[in-house]
Amino acid sequence: MRPLLALLARETALAWGRGGGPLVAVGFYAGVATFLPLAIGPEPERLAAIAPGAAWVALALASLLSLERMFERDYEDGALDLLALSPVPLELTCLAKCLGQWLAAGAPLALAAPVAAIALGASPALAPLVFACALLGGIAFAFVGGIGAALSLGARRGGLLTAMIVLPLFVPPVIFGGGALDAFASGLPWTGGFAFLGAYAAAAVAVGPLAMAAACRNALS
Amino acid sequence: MSWAPAFLSNPERFMAFSRWAAPMFGAIAVILGLVGLWLGFSVPDDYQQGQTVRILFIHVPAAWMSMFAYVCLAGASFLALIFRHTLADAAAQAAAPLGAAFTFLALVTGALWGRPMWGAYWVWDARLTSVLVMFLIYLAYMALRASLDDEAKAARAAAILALVGAINLPIVKFSVDWWNTLHQGASVFRADGPTLAPVYLWPLAFMGLAYVAAFGSLWLVRIRGELWRRRAEAAAARAARG
Repeated sequence: MRPLLALLARETALAWGRGGGPLVAVGFYAGVATFLPLAIGPEPERLAAIAPGAAWVALALASLLSLERMFERDYEDGALDLLALSPVPLELTCLAKCLGQWLAAGAPLALAAPVAAIALGASPALAPLVFACALLGGIAFAFVGGIGAALSLGARRGGLLTAMIVLPLFVPPVIFGGGALDAFASGLPWTGGFAFLGAYAAAAVAVGPLAMAAACRNALS
Repeated sequence: MSWAPAFLSNPERFMAFSRWAAPMFGAIAVILGLVGLWLGFSVPDDYQQGQTVRILFIHVPAAWMSMFAYVCLAGASFLALIFRHTLADAAAQAAAPLGAAFTFLALVTGALWGRPMWGAYWVWDARLTSVLVMFLIYLAYMALRASLDDEAKAARAAAILALVGAINLPIVKFSVDWWNTLHQGASVFRADGPTLAPVYLWPLAFMGLAYVAAFGSLWLVRIRGELWRRRAEAAAARAARG
């Protein structure tokens, strides 16, 4: 347990400090959220209709941002080799990496998401659910995104490739989360979509580390 | 097809088999396809869909094949990942563009049918969206393979992606049952028998078999080409070493 906690602390500190830290993620998120009213038109009723969905899509895009450096830096400086040799299974190391990614990027984004949704015109009553969806969806984005990041290790234009791999896999959580928010906003039962989002996040936590570890071993071989 | 991996895992045997099997499947595909098209054009108009019912003889088998090709891709990727078999890897590599092409065909013909029937080229229902996601996964698979320089590493990374993406397959298949979609549910392969009128079942059956044969033929041709390419590269590397 101790090495795992040390790993988690290391990964969180790295994710917090490295190029795509929380500030960059939140800044990018704010930028995308600013673009939407400019592109769609500032009419409040039109914006309010799309606000939860727009906040949610911007969140998925912002979580792409810091994925590229998730494994790449450790791969380049040889730390990934050492991590692979350590007594901690590589699967658990990948799990710690994703949790670090979530703490450093997903959680700050989840705090920013309700602000963005309200700024776009969503009802303040929606804020708790936006926060909860963003927190839960952030887990799914981190663990699925980690798969893409690990698979594109050593690739040319790795960041673009990661996005291409990961975006189709982001579709279900975006649908479930957006569906739950939409249902809540129009007074319909929303727990179904939220439960599906949780199920997807749980599946990502279960499957993601296995795929990531396999991809890392392949890259290191 | 469970005998196929065991029997064909020897590349020599595979080459000998595919040498005549590929053109034979191709000829079968042409014959069945011509019969299917002729039947498809001679059936009476549907009382609701009118002429557009004929699009379905192109669309439905393409949609079947888009999933079938992914099953082949995932199965071959699994074998390549577990047994590190080069032939299985070549099979996975060869299946991906074919699957992407069938998926594209299904999406385009579906859109052309949807415009007169639903009034829209595209609706965001679960079936259409999940098939689109499958198309994107095919593209991601090909992009990943193309952007890693080390071929062995690219093969294994792409195989992992193919297996992760296989999660989408049951979603495509059962989307029409799980969600209330505009796209209709299964009407041919059902436990209680097809609900499609028999006049339309015959051309559909011919076209479906023609698509399967065409996929088989093209797949074998592509695997052969891939194996030849690898042999040529190995020979070039040997020659360069002297």
